[in-house]
Amino acid sequence: MADKRVDKATGTQTVGHEWDGIEELDTPMPRWWLIIFYATIVFAIGYSIMYPAWPMLNRATAGVLGWTSHKQLRQEMAAADKKRAPIINALATTPIENLPANPKLLHAAEIGGRSAFKVHCVQCHGSGAAGGKGYPNLNDDDWLWGGDLATIQQTLQHGIRQPGDDQTRMSQMPAFGRDQLLTPDEIQDVVSYVRYISHQEPASVSARRGATLFANNCAVCHGPDGKGDRKVGAPNLTDAIWLYGGDRGTITQTVTNARYGIMPAWHGRLDPVTIKMLAAYVHSLGGGEASPAQQQLAETNVSAEKADGQP
Amino acid sequence: MASPDDLTGPRQRFFEARRKVFPKKIDGTFRRLKWAVMAATLTIYYVTPWLRWDRGPYAPDQAVLLDLAHRRFYMFSIEIWPHEFYYVAGLLIMAAIGLFLVTSAVGRAWCGYACPQTVWTDLFVHVERLIEGDRNAQIKLDRSAWNVEKLAKRGTKFALWLAIAMATGGAWIFYFADAPTLAHQLFNGTAPFIAYGTIGVLTFTTFTLGGLMREQVCIYMCPWPRIQSAMMDENSLAVTYKFWRGEPRTHGTKRAHEDPAVKVGDCIDCNACVAVCPTGIDIREGSQIGCITCGLCIDACDQIMERIGREPRLIGYTTEADAERAVAGQPTLSPLKRLFRPRTIIYFLVWAGIGLGMLFAVGARQHLGISVVQNRNPLWVRLSDGSIRNTYMVKVRNMEARPRQVRIAIDGVPGVMWNENGSREAAGRSVTITVPADKVAETQLFVAAPAADTDRDDVVFTAHALDGQGETASDDSFFERPEK
Repeated sequence: MADKRVDKATGTQTVGHEWDGIEELDTPMPRWWLIIFYATIVFAIGYSIMYPAWPMLNRATAGVLGWTSHKQLRQEMAAADKKRAPIINALATTPIENLPANPKLLHAAEIGGRSAFKVHCVQCHGSGAAGGKGYPNLNDDDWLWGGDLATIQQTLQHGIRQPGDDQTRMSQMPAFGRDQLLTPDEIQDVVSYVRYISHQEPASVSARRGATLFANNCAVCHGPDGKGDRKVGAPNLTDAIWLYGGDRGTITQTVTNARYGIMPAWHGRLDPVTIKMLAAYVHSLGGGEASPAQQQLAETNVSAEKADGQP
Repeated sequence: MASPDDLTGPRQRFFEARRKVFPKKIDGTFRRLKWAVMAATLTIYYVTPWLRWDRGPYAPDQAVLLDLAHRRFYMFSIEIWPHEFYYVAGLLIMAAIGLFLVTSAVGRAWCGYACPQTVWTDLFVHVERLIEGDRNAQIKLDRSAWNVEKLAKRGTKFALWLAIAMATGGAWIFYFADAPTLAHQLFNGTAPFIAYGTIGVLTFTTFTLGGLMREQVCIYMCPWPRIQSAMMDENSLAVTYKFWRGEPRTHGTKRAHEDPAVKVGDCIDCNACVAVCPTGIDIREGSQIGCITCGLCIDACDQIMERIGREPRLIGYTTEADAERAVAGQPTLSPLKRLFRPRTIIYFLVWAGIGLGMLFAVGARQHLGISVVQNRNPLWVRLSDGSIRNTYMVKVRNMEARPRQVRIAIDGVPGVMWNENGSREAAGRSVTITVPADKVAETQLFVAAPAADTDRDDVVFTAHALDGQGETASDDSFFERPEK
């Protein structure tokens, strides 16, 4: 075994190993290092008594302080809720159509709505709310069921075509082809007419035939001029926006098999304030419409100004 | 060959222990100059935050205020925003070049007179003398065993030092908040924690650096003496022992008079220059890093020379070149010739150039700014009439201390714009917003333009202040349409 000896130069004992004449000194640890080392051991003992530490069969020892990360999270969430309480309370008591009168509160609602949107809505409507085929773009000025604050809130609360909710947005387009209400040729005529009134195709004989078919089968929901009806969520067929697509193939598909878009009813899943914030956010994306009351007021003002202008 | 025993001797030390310095009290030209500089610098330090400067109702009225919370630096009539931090960098560069200039012209004058470390150490040394007496009394007290007197004197001294240190830290924080308000809060305990924390840290550093470490800061910690070695040349002033006059030293004058044949120098080796030195060096050993050129040894030596009836300035401010001339028996260079040499002139020109450039830039800078970011999600929105809408986040910066109406207009696409307060029906070619005084206003602009064949049009947003000044600012962006 090793040949330990005291090194003459340093007065320190060697560990006894030797490699080609190179020896290792058994220099003791510096005292400060040892003190810190023992201090960490003492700390670790104290820590494992105070906090959850030793793994047992089902769970770790609890620790005398009773700390858990869940409890800490709850506390932090409670503190955050308390901090936001004034705004949340104000939002809870303010009817949504009164929000524009309070720009600060409206702004707070939009910010909160943006966060909630990122959690609950982006799955279908996309992170920028631009939607996709079958999922409406919420940035534009085209609304199936209405784009003022209260209407958006109503749609959010009760959803679209949700069974069991008697206030849900409800309507059903007939599957004209599948149920043989129209023949395939007749469907092509209707499609021609729809493409004509949406300025995608010039007038044609087919479109003329389609006009009659449209008046008999479609106008009851989409209106005699095809501009739709928000009461039943019937889209405006004359504008540039298509939820599923405006090409001949897609419209043929739509008329043949109909569409039945749905959205969850959010009341019960989300609290009323969050729904209100979501409505404010969606409304702020650029296509939001004025509340009917506001619009009326604006029109009154305009006519009042006109009246003033007269000598 | 060195044996291992030589390298690892038992008493090998890596650091030299501090030799205590007990500088003796002295009076004279340079001491009085130091008093004057100390009074001036301390006054500037303590009084500046209390100066007021009227900026109207929308900005603080403190003349010098580094408002970190609101991200504004105020310095009399100049207000600096965070994006203009290069002015602060410029000031720091000017300070550095200013130090170069001073060093090349008059040597380590900064170290000897104006450096905070020097000023506060000087103050601490003076307090020490008041309590413990002059050099000899201090040495005696230091050597004596701990008794009531020593305890009382040391206690009093440390208490006074602590008070000065706290006042130093206490004054510092007033540069960062409204001084009268903060002073009030400090005393009734409602000031922010960071204020007390800063005072605590600065109290500690002032006490340690000024009271306990003193010359060690200059010799071991400060990088400046090292840099100065490069700044100085044969024409820079330095405190010099005129060895050609002083050597050979004679202890007392008597022996010299006994035998006229023995050549004697003016230095009588009285050690007065060493006793007064605040960094504890012997200037007669020549130029060295420990000399901060405070000139106190000049005062000390002059007193002795006067007493023994010899010419003053055996120790004096001299350049290396003049020293060589004196040794060779030539007349010294005129001070003007010494001061105006290429090195000092170039330093001065660079320093003044940066200063004038910054003054011009500050005077001519825009007080209105606009920054536009096109919303990329979604890149464009098709509207029901077939036209295309883009959304922009627009920030307008108003650097005037008054609210301003600013009209934002767009060039590059035929279309209308509106923001969250308007609607497309009422939209026109521009939007007017009110930007609060000294603030950045943010607005979301919608721009709708007819569909066209181009995927992307370059556009320019222009902000135009609707006041007498009529300032404008612009930012480039683009208008996106669906790809064909």
